[in-house]
Amino acid sequence: MIRIKNIHKSFGDTKVLKGIDFTFEAGKTNLIIGKSGAGKTVLLKLLVGLFEPTEGEIWYDKTDFLSLSRDQLRELRMDVGMLFQGNALFDSLSIEENIRFPLDMFTKQTLGEKRKIVNHCLERVELTGINNKFPSEISGGMQKRVGIARSIVLNPKYLFVDEPNSGLDPKTAIKIDDLIKGITDEYNITTVINTHDMNSVMEIGENICLLDKGVLAWQGNMDEVLNTDNETLENFIFASPFLQKLRKRALANS
Amino acid sequence: MEKNLLFHLGRFVSWHKQIFRKPENWRMYYKETVRLMYDIGLGSLPLVAIISIFIGAVTAVQFYYQLDGTFIPTYYIGYIVRDMAIIELAGTFTCIVLAGKIGSNMAAEIGGMRQKEHIDAMEIMGVNTAAYLVMPKILAGFLMIPVLVSIAMLVNIAGGYLATVPTGIFLHSDYVRGLRSFFIPYYVFMMYVKAFSFAYLLTSISCYQGYFVTGGSIELGQASTRAVVYSCIAIIVADYLIAVLLTAV
Repeated sequence: MIRIKNIHKSFGDTKVLKGIDFTFEAGKTNLIIGKSGAGKTVLLKLLVGLFEPTEGEIWYDKTDFLSLSRDQLRELRMDVGMLFQGNALFDSLSIEENIRFPLDMFTKQTLGEKRKIVNHCLERVELTGINNKFPSEISGGMQKRVGIARSIVLNPKYLFVDEPNSGLDPKTAIKIDDLIKGITDEYNITTVINTHDMNSVMEIGENICLLDKGVLAWQGNMDEVLNTDNETLENFIFASPFLQKLRKRALANS
Repeated sequence: MEKNLLFHLGRFVSWHKQIFRKPENWRMYYKETVRLMYDIGLGSLPLVAIISIFIGAVTAVQFYYQLDGTFIPTYYIGYIVRDMAIIELAGTFTCIVLAGKIGSNMAAEIGGMRQKEHIDAMEIMGVNTAAYLVMPKILAGFLMIPVLVSIAMLVNIAGGYLATVPTGIFLHSDYVRGLRSFFIPYYVFMMYVKAFSFAYLLTSISCYQGYFVTGGSIELGQASTRAVVYSCIAIIVADYLIAVLLTAV
């Protein structure tokens, strides 16, 4: 579980986050949603320590994240996995070397043992036999899955995912969502996903935090999304004219 | 916000605390250092050799022209080429050339990793990126650049020979006599002090420019250019300071 209390973040005079309180629950897919510029990526980067908040607290279970020394932070990060929007796979390394990188760096296992773990992770993301390919030789969807495989190779307790569906076709996006949800359930991970994909919200949104102009505008789960009368959430969900038309028709029929 | 020189100097100095920390895994650092030693050493050897041979040739030909018709004996050309190579040309010139080749490459490599979020990814894995990405580069530079400087010195002298003896400008015996005259071993010590100092300056400054790059491809290009420019300036300033300190002028 990750708890944030009264999180503020400013860049110069620009206030991006203005007092966010939220709890990201363990074993659930926690979604940060909102329009572009709402502060989603900034919040995600604060959670993993790539930015420091101007004010507020971040708690990883019972650990005060912001009071950790550099070494303690590195130790905690062994329990953290992250999938970046652009995947952040190392271009000069093969798929196997990419996934093996954290194992090479932090474990003293033999090459055989590490290969076994890599193959298990590749199987888990339904990608076998691509160990010797390079990131540039596989598709965007496959790169996402390799990114997921790398982020779970050290058995993390916390998984952060930045825009998992960006640049993917709807079918592949659903596959990635299912994969993240499956891994979260299987390993009981606290998963935090930053997205503006409505399909993800409706399919895997077990605990949702809607940001709007740097404030927490709504929180709930996927079942509560359709029954809400929160104006910001409605505007976010039914942003396109097509969806507005559908909604009007549905309301008229009911 | 425009950041001033003091800000960068302070960040550059405090950044070293991160660079020289105990590695997470010695083997990974060793592998990376060996890879970079190969890149820096063998990768730069042809360039260093070509430039050094011509610098030596130009020095010999130019000094022969300057001294022609004077009472200074011809064999002095060998002595001048040797001492210029040892004292200045091999160390300073080679490192300035390497700042262009290695420095821009290091800044672009690390800066590219920063922009593609590779550095963030490593940080989140728990890797000390300043140490893993920078320490092997400094170490590889520290080990290989003095070797390149030594080779440059020898090729420089050979260049002077090739430009003058086979072309009949003067005799083999004169050139060799010049090389053997007035040799002061302390100058070799000075050359290595310069080589190690310049190696450190050009690798650390270039890595700093790449590591803290922000923005897009234009900023990456600018960082790469800054890496070369600042490394060259630092090398020239250090060259002067070392000359003053070691010759106690």
